[in-house]
Amino acid sequence: MIHRAQSGHTGSSLSCIDLLTCLYFAELRHAPFQPDWSGRDRFVLSKGHAAPALYAALHRAGYLTERDLGRLRGLSSILQGHPDSRRCPGVEASTGSLGQGLSIAHGMALALRAHPERPRVYVLLGDGELQEGQIWEAAMSAAHYRSANLCALVDLNGLQIDGAVARIKGVQPVAEKFRAFGWHALEVDGHAIEAILEALAAARACEDRPSVIVAHTVKGKGVSFCEGQVKWHGKAPNDAELARALAELEGGAR
Amino acid sequence: MTRLLSTREEYGHALVRLGERSRDIVVLDADLSTSTCTETFAKRFPDRFFNMGISEQDLIGTAAGMALAGKIAFASSFAIFLSGRCWEQVRQSVALPGCNVKLVGTHGGVTVGKDGASHQALEDIAVMRAIPALAVIVPCDAVETRKAVEAAAWYDGPVYIRLTREKLPVIYPDEKPFRIGVGGVVRQGSDLTLCGIGLMLHECLSAATALAQEGISARVIDLATVKPIDEDLVSRCAAETGAMVTAEEHSVIGGLGDAVGEVLLRRRPVPLERIGVRDSFGRSGDPQDLLRYFDLTAEAIVAAAKRALARKQP
Repeated sequence: MIHRAQSGHTGSSLSCIDLLTCLYFAELRHAPFQPDWSGRDRFVLSKGHAAPALYAALHRAGYLTERDLGRLRGLSSILQGHPDSRRCPGVEASTGSLGQGLSIAHGMALALRAHPERPRVYVLLGDGELQEGQIWEAAMSAAHYRSANLCALVDLNGLQIDGAVARIKGVQPVAEKFRAFGWHALEVDGHAIEAILEALAAARACEDRPSVIVAHTVKGKGVSFCEGQVKWHGKAPNDAELARALAELEGGAR
Repeated sequence: MTRLLSTREEYGHALVRLGERSRDIVVLDADLSTSTCTETFAKRFPDRFFNMGISEQDLIGTAAGMALAGKIAFASSFAIFLSGRCWEQVRQSVALPGCNVKLVGTHGGVTVGKDGASHQALEDIAVMRAIPALAVIVPCDAVETRKAVEAAAWYDGPVYIRLTREKLPVIYPDEKPFRIGVGGVVRQGSDLTLCGIGLMLHECLSAATALAQEGISARVIDLATVKPIDEDLVSRCAAETGAMVTAEEHSVIGGLGDAVGEVLLRRRPVPLERIGVRDSFGRSGDPQDLLRYFDLTAEAIVAAAKRALARKQP
């Protein structure tokens, strides 16, 4: 997808794909062939630049076709550079400007709290994104309203465009910050599928507070030459890099 | 005797009526519910009112999320904060996805009075008008406010409504129709057209009366929907009267005057004079003193009308 577009965020997509896999294929109650079912669980990709990861999940889930994937970032494509809820089925909110998704997800959670199907709302945040003040406004709101149907996941890959998050403007301790704001906070290895699923179940079981799962991840996960490399934040692979990356990813797949 | 009524109190009552009609109506505020009058709704429907505290960015995002989940979300604060503090949230979270969020900013313009420049929105129409697909409405009295709020609720998409702190004279009967995007002639005239919004529409009417005493026949039109502006009405009035004056309690940059000018440039170039705040911040003072200080008066409109007439093609 990114290779064909020759544009897109490779590293940021790879760090969260395991989280998205757990959400879309184990946790979310959704109906790909009835995407406007009002009782569905919602997912908001607040770190909108990881759109290719979301599109890959939506494709596997049945919302998008192979042909759609080939047109990423193209003129008149439903797969915009950053998710566009108006154009793309399965995309719940338009994101891309960082810091806004938690408020949107919380608004959905408030609106759905009396729904008979008891839908839950999930939102994926980046760790660099936590530098945005609006995240903490929303964190305060969700705790104040005791929005237990809201679950945030933080893709803690430690890197942002200009370098290490810890060096640019540190955000740790993330879990403790959320706890201090009144959230139920869990920490997991963001590439350990069983652990992620357990954390999602624990979040679902918490009935009096919003939950956050702080997922420790590796930017560019699964591709040796991308892992932990800032330069792969928003870079597309060339032909040789793609072949090597796919070989590594397919070889590593269990 | 002209009745003076508060447009923001009318907004509160309109919300309650909407709330009675539809369970999908929700209202959010950012710690100004007593001033914006959303408190009226909060008392009637506490489970559908959400005070987000002093956090306008979160206010907008939350309203967007509610709209995406099927609600019709009214979000209020003072016009300056609602348009300025969270402009990019309005653009990204509300307008881009076309959410049914209705932004109602009260306390627009200099008549906020003594609170001064920090609280006087003079740029809100300009910055909100620049956002694609966002309708911008500035009602001139309590009746038009009620109709605009109702129209906004049933309109498919985002809307920004700007209200004032001060009470305004009521010029419309209750049965006055209102449609987003449609302006109206308030007073007939043939020599030139005065275009007004909000409080300044009343100054236009006073100016037309004063001009009549000098033998000048001024038409007055209400362009409450600044965006999408009623292009046909503007160009028809330009064609029939040959000169225009706009009047707004807002900067001359990017507001009603520019919106009308854009139409005239494309469809019917005629002399245009713009009355508004001339590229400056507001300041503290009594509302009436401030209107005089910034030349937001019927006298200033009369002078502008004469300048426009002098430039009119014979």
